[in-house]
Amino acid sequence: MSAWGLLRLRQQLEHGLPLTTRPWQTLAEQTGLTEQEVMTAVDQWQAQGLIKRLGLVVRHRTLGYTANAMVVWDVPDRWVTSVGEAIAGAPFVTLCYQRPRRLPDWPYNLFCMIHGVDRNRVLSQIDSLIADKHLQDFPHTVLFSTKAYRQRGGRYVSHD
Amino acid sequence: MSATIERPCREAQQPGFTDLEKAVINRLQHGLPLVASPYLAVAEELGISEQALLDTLEKLLEERVFTRFGPMFNAGEMGGGLTLAAMRVAEWDFDRVASQVNAFEEVAHNYRREHELNMWFVLATETGEGIAEVIEQIEARTGYPVYNMPKEEEFHVRLHFSV
Repeated sequence: MSAWGLLRLRQQLEHGLPLTTRPWQTLAEQTGLTEQEVMTAVDQWQAQGLIKRLGLVVRHRTLGYTANAMVVWDVPDRWVTSVGEAIAGAPFVTLCYQRPRRLPDWPYNLFCMIHGVDRNRVLSQIDSLIADKHLQDFPHTVLFSTKAYRQRGGRYVSHD
Repeated sequence: MSATIERPCREAQQPGFTDLEKAVINRLQHGLPLVASPYLAVAEELGISEQALLDTLEKLLEERVFTRFGPMFNAGEMGGGLTLAAMRVAEWDFDRVASQVNAFEEVAHNYRREHELNMWFVLATETGEGIAEVIEQIEARTGYPVYNMPKEEEFHVRLHFSV
């Protein structure tokens, strides 16, 4: 497969998958690769983790999910992986990352996002998360967003 | 200084989707099979025609219900830099700083959040080293320190917004 063809394929895919009956064939015509080469490349990129997911990239606000909460936790480092996995397992958690503390201003090392349809429901989801996963001993704080100043649809992983 | 402002949050309204649109949105967030005719495969699963699925997708794209249909590339795996950064900005100065920060091409999202650290943005750069450079420029331009909080570990979630 030509490197140039693969580069063009990636550029084309950043605009989205064509809405045609044979989308990989359409991409093949646009990039000078064969349909099979396009599918093989996408398969490999998925296996390598370069492509996280093939599907809809939703704008959650347009789906009515407007209560956007970042919940941050201060978890002892030796437990952060198990607590992170537990939090990520909750159906309403959309992202969960370990990040560095910035002491003394920022003691929190575990971040999760909850996108809910209203603020009160999100707060009760957090309460149930704490009860179900036994998180009572870990200090946490909830940062609702009040305004999105920039939301660039684009080539990168959607954070929100 | 704590500058948290408690605001009532507008009660969210789920937009009025048709049953077909709901089915398509819910199904396609789970991904698309890697076969020659993927839309046909999903349409058969949903019990609709391929054309109905394509028409629905086109309409939802036009209405900007979603930004894009297709692969989500992982910037980190692509060799670029990606981080979450925060700033503590004086309330009276917030708009000025927001427009200065947003003027950087590398800023993908910028949210105002209810906390002393009240500005949160995602930076995406072509190289890993680019992050430190952009942060330095933002600090110089705005006069505020930037807290850099890159991802250290990612826990797997099942991302799905049902309608």
